[in-house]
Amino acid sequence: MSSTELPVSRLKPPGSSVNALDWLRRNLFNGWLNSLITVLLGALVIWLLYQVLGWAFTTAVWTPIPTNLQILMTGRYPSEQVWRVQICLALLLLLFGLSAGVWGGILRSIASGLAAGALLLAIMPFTLQTRLVLAGLVLLVGAGFIVGSRSRHHMRRLTIALWFASPAIMVVLLRGFVGVPGLPYVDTGLWGGLLLTILLAVVGIIASFPLGVLLALGRRSKLPVVKGFCVGYIELIRGVPLITVLFMAMIMLPLFLPANVRVDNLIRVLVAITLFSAAYLAENVRGGLQSIPNGQVEAARALGLNVFQTTLLIVLPQALRAVIPALVGQFISLFKDTSLVAIVGLAELLGIADIVIEQPAWLTVPHGVHREVLLFVGLVYWIFCFSFAQISRHLETRLGVGTR
Amino acid sequence: MASRGFSAENHQPVPFYRNVKILAVLLQIAFVLIVALVFWTLYSNMVAGLRRANIPLGFGFLNLTAGFAISETSIPYGPQNTYARAFIVGVINTLRIAVLGIILATMLGVLVGIGRLSSNWLLRTIAGTYVAIFRNTPLLVQLLFWYVAVILKLPRVRDAVGIEGVILASNRGLVVAWPRATETYGAWVHWLVAAVVAGVAVFVARRLQLARRDRPGAALPYALLAALLLMLIGGVVVAMTTGNSPLRIDQPTLGGFSFRGGATLTPEFFALLLGLVVYTAAFIAEIVRGSIQAVSKGQREAAQALGLSPLQTLRLVIFPQALRIMIPPMTNQYLNLTKNSSLGIAVGFADLFSVSYTILNQSGATVQVILLVMVSYLSVSLLTSFLMNIYNSRMRLVER
Repeated sequence: MSSTELPVSRLKPPGSSVNALDWLRRNLFNGWLNSLITVLLGALVIWLLYQVLGWAFTTAVWTPIPTNLQILMTGRYPSEQVWRVQICLALLLLLFGLSAGVWGGILRSIASGLAAGALLLAIMPFTLQTRLVLAGLVLLVGAGFIVGSRSRHHMRRLTIALWFASPAIMVVLLRGFVGVPGLPYVDTGLWGGLLLTILLAVVGIIASFPLGVLLALGRRSKLPVVKGFCVGYIELIRGVPLITVLFMAMIMLPLFLPANVRVDNLIRVLVAITLFSAAYLAENVRGGLQSIPNGQVEAARALGLNVFQTTLLIVLPQALRAVIPALVGQFISLFKDTSLVAIVGLAELLGIADIVIEQPAWLTVPHGVHREVLLFVGLVYWIFCFSFAQISRHLETRLGVGTR
Repeated sequence: MASRGFSAENHQPVPFYRNVKILAVLLQIAFVLIVALVFWTLYSNMVAGLRRANIPLGFGFLNLTAGFAISETSIPYGPQNTYARAFIVGVINTLRIAVLGIILATMLGVLVGIGRLSSNWLLRTIAGTYVAIFRNTPLLVQLLFWYVAVILKLPRVRDAVGIEGVILASNRGLVVAWPRATETYGAWVHWLVAAVVAGVAVFVARRLQLARRDRPGAALPYALLAALLLMLIGGVVVAMTTGNSPLRIDQPTLGGFSFRGGATLTPEFFALLLGLVVYTAAFIAEIVRGSIQAVSKGQREAAQALGLSPLQTLRLVIFPQALRIMIPPMTNQYLNLTKNSSLGIAVGFADLFSVSYTILNQSGATVQVILLVMVSYLSVSLLTSFLMNIYNSRMRLVER
C-alpha cells in the first residue's frame, strides 16, 4: 500500500476570498427563518454564557480541587509512595515517545498530544515539585521519540516487548511486596481516583480481548453447541445493565468460589467488567469477521493451511484490523462505564469526587461544592473520551476501513 | 468425497480421529462436559456458601411482607404489601421512565441531528457542541450533576420558578398543569370511542383513496384531525347539556410549604429522565445525522429540481429514506436507555433495580433477586428489540 501519496480528495479546493460580511450573510442570515434562528439562539447562548461564566468567576468555590488534587488523581494511595504512580506514568509516556519514533503516523500525533498536555499542566499553578515532574515527562516523551526514530530497527522489538510487559510491571510496581523495604505493599483498596479509572478501563479492555475474540469465533462456529453457548452468553450480557453484572460479581462471586478463597473488591469488579465488555467486544469482532470475504478462507485452505492456521494467520489479522476503530469506541464506552463502580463502593474518580464533596471543610459553603467538583470530574472524563474519539476517527480514515 | 480424484488403489478409509464429522461431535461433547463441570462446581460452591451463610433458597420470600415504603408508586402500595408487589412497582417505574425517555430522547435527538446539518452556522455549532459534550462524559456523572447540582439546588417551594398555574419548578420537583376527569367524564367516554372509530375510518378511507389514485400523500394528519374534532365537539356538547366540562385543568399553585394541584414529577424522576434524555439524544443525533448523510446526494438534488422546498425535501424525500437506515442503531439506543435507567439507584429513584436492591438487602435472597432482575431486564430488552424488528420489517416492505 502506498500511503505516502496524497489522495485527490484530500487536496483542498482553491481558496476563495470571502469577507466577514459575506460569511455572515451566507452562514447566519440566509433567509428570514435562519435569521430568526440566529437571533434567538444567539441571545440564548449569550445569556447562558453570561450566567455560567458569571457563576464560574464569582460565586463558584474551586478550592476543593487544587487542595484535593492528589486524592482525585490517585485516591488514598500513600503520599510517600506516589512516586510509583509517577514512574508508571513516566514508563507509559516513554513508551508512547518510543512508539512515535519507531512507527510515526497516528502514534506521533498521540505522543505530541500527550507531551502538549503535560506541558500545559506544567505551566498551571501546581506545586513546584508537580511541575518539575510534568516537565520531566515532556522531556521523556521527546527523548523516547529521538531514540526511537534514530534506531528504528533496534528499538522496534524492545518497544513491543516493553508494551507487552508494561501492564505487569505497572501492577507489580503499584502493588509492591510485603516485607520489601523499598517497595512496601499497598493494598488495592487504597488505589483510587483517576489511577483506578484508567486501570479499570485498560485492564478491562485487555482482559476482555481474548475472551471477546473467542466468543466471536464461537458465534460463527459450525458446531451448534458451541455456537448456542456463545450466542446465549452474548445476548444475556448485552440484555442486562452493567450495574447488575457488577452487583452480581460483588455479591455472588464470593459465593461461587470455595469458602477459603477470598477475592478482593478490585478483582471482583475487574471480573465483572471483563465479562461484560467481552460480550460487546465479541459483537464488534464479529462485524470484522463478517467483512472478510469467503475467498480468503478458501485460498488459505487451498494453500493447505488447517482450520487453526487459517483463523490465526489469515482471518483474524484482517478482521481485527478492520475493527480497530470500533475497539477504540468500545474503550471509550468502557472508560465511561468505569464510573459505575462508584455505586458498588470503589473510590475511582467519581467515587473520590463524592468523598471530596462531603468533606467537612466545605460545609460552610452556602450551596455546597457539588457543581464545581462534578464539573471538574466531568471535564477529566471528557478530555480522555474526546481525545480517544478523535484518535478513533483518525484511525478510521488512516486504515481506510470499508474502502480497501 | 474429495478423494475421488486420486487413484483408487491408494485410497484408504479415513481413520476416525481424522474424520471431521466424528471430531465435531467429540469436540462438542467435550465442550458440554467442560461447561457442565464448571457450572456444577460453581453451583455446588454456591449452594454450600448459601447454606453456610444461612440464606434462604427458593422464591417463597416474595410472599413475605416488604416493610419498606416506596416514594413513587403508580399502583397502590404500602409497607404492608409483599415483596412481589414492591418488585412490580419497580418494574412499572422502570417502564414509565423508559417509555417517556425514549419518546423525548427521540424528539430531541432528531432535532439536534437535523440541526447539525443546518446551513445556519450557529445552530450547527451549538448542535455539534451539544453532541461532543454529552457523548463524551459518563451518564452517571451527568445524572448526579442534574440531581445534586441542578435540581436539588433549585429554589425552595416558596420561591418556585416558572409560571404559576402552568409549570413550576422547585427543589421538590416539577409541577405541571394536568387535565383531570370530572363527574361528567363518563358521558364523554362515548364520544372518545366514537372519535377513535372515526379516526381509524378516515385513515383507512384516505389510504384507499391514495392507493386508487396511485399518488403519495399523508393519511395520518387527516385521521388525527377528524378524531380531535370529534373529541372537541363531544366535550362541548357534554359541557352544554350538563353544564359541567368533562375535563378540568388542574393548575399548580403555591400553598405554603408544598404545591397544590397539578401533576408532580419528583426530583428523582425528573433528574433521571433529564439525564437519560439528554445523554441518549446526543447518540440519537449522531445516528440521525449519519443516516441523513447516507441518503444519496442525487435524491436531494432531484427533489430540489422538482421544486420542493428544503423542508419538503427533508420531510418527504430524505427523512423517509434515512429512517430505514437508522432503525437498527436506534433500537440499540432505546435498549441502552432502558438499561441505563438502572442508574436511578444513584439518584434514589425507585426503579426495578433499586427496589430489587432493597429487597435483596432485606430478605437476604441474593441469588434469587439478582436472577429475577436479570430476567426482567432481559425480557424488556427482548420485547423492545422484537417490537423494533416488526417496525423494521414493516419499513422495509415499503422499499421497492
